[in-house]
Formats: sequence, structure tokens, C-alpha cells
Amino acid sequence: MASLKIICPNGHLGFAPLKTGSFHLGVAAKPDFIAADSGSDDIGPVPLGHDTCASPKAWQEHDLEEMLLAARKIGVPMMIGSAGDTGTNSRVDMYVQIIRDLAAKHDLPPFRIGWFYSEVSHDYVRAKIRGGSAITGLDAREDLTEEELDATSRIVAMAGVHPFRKLLEEGCDVIIGGRSSDSAIFAAAALHKGYPEAQSYYLGKVLECASFCAEPYGAKETVLGEITADHVEVTAMAPEQRCTVASVAGHAMYERSNPFHEYVAGGLLDMTHCHYDQVSEKTTRVTGMEFVPAPQFRVKLEGSGKVGERFVGMAGIRDPYTIANVDAVIDWARQQTVDRFGPDGWELHYSVFGRNGVMGDMEPLRDKPGHELCIVVQGVAPTREMAEEVTMTGTRQLFYARLPDVKGTAGGVSFVLDEVLAASPAYRWTLNHTMAVDDPLELFPTHTAMVGREGA
Amino acid sequence: MMNTHKPLSELAKTIRSKNAGTDKITFDVIFRERDTYELVKRSKALTPRSVCEILNIDESRLTDFVEYDPAYAIKFTILRLRPSGSAGDADIFGAQQYAPFLDVEVDMTA
Repeated sequence: MASLKIICPNGHLGFAPLKTGSFHLGVAAKPDFIAADSGSDDIGPVPLGHDTCASPKAWQEHDLEEMLLAARKIGVPMMIGSAGDTGTNSRVDMYVQIIRDLAAKHDLPPFRIGWFYSEVSHDYVRAKIRGGSAITGLDAREDLTEEELDATSRIVAMAGVHPFRKLLEEGCDVIIGGRSSDSAIFAAAALHKGYPEAQSYYLGKVLECASFCAEPYGAKETVLGEITADHVEVTAMAPEQRCTVASVAGHAMYERSNPFHEYVAGGLLDMTHCHYDQVSEKTTRVTGMEFVPAPQFRVKLEGSGKVGERFVGMAGIRDPYTIANVDAVIDWARQQTVDRFGPDGWELHYSVFGRNGVMGDMEPLRDKPGHELCIVVQGVAPTREMAEEVTMTGTRQLFYARLPDVKGTAGGVSFVLDEVLAASPAYRWTLNHTMAVDDPLELFPTHTAMVGREGA
Repeated sequence: MMNTHKPLSELAKTIRSKNAGTDKITFDVIFRERDTYELVKRSKALTPRSVCEILNIDESRLTDFVEYDPAYAIKFTILRLRPSGSAGDADIFGAQQYAPFLDVEVDMTA
């Protein structure tokens, strides 16, 4: 029976380096494509809003170099989605340049590179709102307002299979994608070769996080997916890992609210009736997936808006009386900031580690603080100068808090540093919405070029 | 009665939390064997109501509660009060919110 094989070495390319041992085993298995997604919204809104990467460039170059050299050596396409964590235009350009530099470094024979962008302009979204086509909120969000759009720094659209398929049809050997639905990268390869939608999207779904569908737990190891017209098989490449019924079925629910349904641009992968079989020690076969085309073509949008400049301060507490009254200590420091800057136009956030720093109001043990606490202070304001002073006031005034019965009158907290630290600006996720479009490709302009010896 | 209860941490293979998009955190409790999974389901130790009580949240914040037979897993998802990574959010990945479920007592006679 005809089949197609794809390997995925990393569930979030560049976030931590791929493990080369299992990757080389995967390459030796003669895959037809090598693919990975480089993006995630796990990293918070700062990289998208500020247009930065979440990971060192060296790690991204490491993974791209491994994948490029392997793909060119065995002569198969390499596909990357969500370049540089966010898939913004600057991250796509950065990855394309890395590929060009690697081709020159290794003197690779000529090959065709294709890339596409995903950023969406404010004007485009505004025209949709004014034209009566609602930008619909996901996850209990309201529809997008123009006010919230104005508060947004940068918007990316989540590509489905369409720009990847277009670039494959144009004969590209390397594809660098803007923001992409991770399963679509793999599905595009299978659809390009004529496999059915349900199996193709399932192949993408199971491969997108690499070894997270294998056990025992161990990230950044390569897995191999093989698709036929009837089924998908997934195999762990790391010698110590296996893809089992439990690990593959379990992966379907990872990082998602519902384990049965995966929404992509253009439809829904329904895994309700999936059947899992262990066909060999390291391989599980999956059948029974279904694909339901969407009645209207809607694209997911992600947007991040700047709140202000940000500094961070830290303070420790050991006195049990002060620990019992830590909220009054924080209130004091906050009031000193109000006295200095007025009641609004700035923010102070206090995380009290050792009490409920990680879970906040959800912490069941919030009334049982430890014997020492660390308070992390975040101050946000319109300018760096003001943010630094807000944060300094909110941190240093913890030292001077006036508790009526405190014995230690020489200082109420301990300092690791008697300064506050510049942090990334504060951003917030402003868009987690969908937008109707007429043409699946209209938000994702594609480009191609020759790279390598003659074409460099 | 002695020894009729066990903590969930002794019964489950995996107890974890993680972002599900920018606005939600999802919790997975996964069992190694079908029998244990079925026992915990019967015990009603984890229900839409009990998980909200443990997390001290209003039930309107619970968006999904699924018993997922193919993976012997109980899975539930809550809305965050503010999106992940907003200033003051101390768990951008939502990866350390599961700890209170380690200690949930399960009635082994269920």
C-alpha cells in the first residue's frame, strides 16, 4: 500500500535544541518530508507584541542546520511553521536569512526556498469590523471592538495548509512559514501527495509535538509518522521511547480543552471515533479519524498589545509576624506609590512566593504561608523612567512598612539586590479571535527564490 | 475507617496542567490501568463541582470536564481571569497549577 513518511524532531523548534541521536535515526528511516513548527502562544504575549524571539538565536540555528543538512542530503522537502516563535514577518525574514547563511556556510547545491507572511494590518481588520463581518471571540471572549484593535501592537493570522501547499506545488525544497497551525504543516505535505483530509490532519496532530506522543517522557526526540489512505502510524525514533496506545491517545488531549476535536483553518478534525492499535513495540496505528469541512472559511487571529514599560523588584521576609501581616506590608508600599504618583496611570503586581505566588487565589494553602517568603514586584508605567520609580517605590517601601508590633525596626524585608531590574515591556493578549476571509491565501502572501552555490 | 482512601498521586500515572490557548488552563489526570481509571470515576473524587471547590473558583469558569476513555484520563479546563503572560501572571505556561490534585483522597471501596 502506498505510504508517505514524515519526521518531526521538535515540537517547538528552537525553544530547546533537538536531540540529534534520534533525529539521525529518523533521517536514516528515509522520510519523504522533514518538518517542525517553531511557534507557540505558551510563551506569553511579549514576543509577538515586542517582535522578539523567546529563545536564543543559536538554538534556532542549531535545529535549522540539522534539518537543512539532512533534508538536502536525502533530497526531501523541509517545512517549518511559525518561524521564530511568533511567525511575525521579521521572524520569517530572519529564518530565511539563516537558511541562506547555512547554505553558504556548507556550500550546498542550489535549491528553491519558499516563504510566506502572516501579519495582518489593523486597517484590514478594521475594514472587516466596519463592513459588518464580526471578528468573533474564542474562549468566552467578546467580539473584537475597534477600541481593543487600537490597543493592539501586532496581529498574526494562523495559516492552514493552503500557503504550504502552494509553495510545495511551486517546487520548493525548503519552506519557512509565518504563524501556522502546527498540524497544518504536516497535513499540507500529505494532502500535496494526495492523501485524504482526515488521515492527513491526524498525521499533523500526532506529529506536531514530536516525542510528546511517546513514552517514557522525554522532549525534543524525533518521531516518525507514516500515512496511508486508511491509517496513520506513529513510531518513536529514540531507542528508549515507544509510541503506545496510551501515549498516542493521551497526546490527543495535550494542551487543549477537548480531546476529540481539533479546529484548523477550513474544518474540524474529529477524533471521537479514533481506534488505536499497538502494531509493533515502538509503533501505534490509528484509524477512524474524520474530517468535517467548515461551512465558512475563518482564520484564527492572535494579537498582543503593549500595556507599558516594566521593571521587577524582589524582597524576602523571615519575621513570622511580618509574614502573618504581609498583605498590610504590601498595602503600605502600594499606598506610598499612590501618594507619589496618584491612584492610576501605573500598575503594581505582587506575587508572594511561599504563600500563593504560583496559584494566587486558587491556592488551597493560601492561609498557611511558609517560614520565609519572597515577594516579586512588577511595576508598569508609560515610560521606563516612571516604571523604574514605581517599581522602586513598591519594592523599597516594603522595607519601611509600619506594623504596630514588629520587633525588628531596622528593616522589614531582606534584599538580594537594592535595585530594580529592567524587564521586557508588559503586553497582554488582545486578540484570540477568528475572522472570515474569502480566499484561504489572501492573508498569506508567498515568495520563492533560489538559494545555494549559483543562486546565492 | 482505615486504609479505605488513597491520594490521587498514588493512583494516577500523570497529573498535569498546561495552557490551552491564551485564555484557559487544562488539567489532565491519566491512569495506567483501566481498572484504576474506572474506580476513580466511580468514586466521584473528581467532578465538575469538586474540582472547582478545590481551586476555589466559580463553576462558571469551568469550560470542559471530560472522561476520556481511550487514554484512561479525566480532563477538565478552566478559564483564566486574565490572559496568560499578563503582568502579574506568575505561571505563563500554566504548568504548576495541578499540585492541589495530588492530595485528593479517593474512596477505594467505590
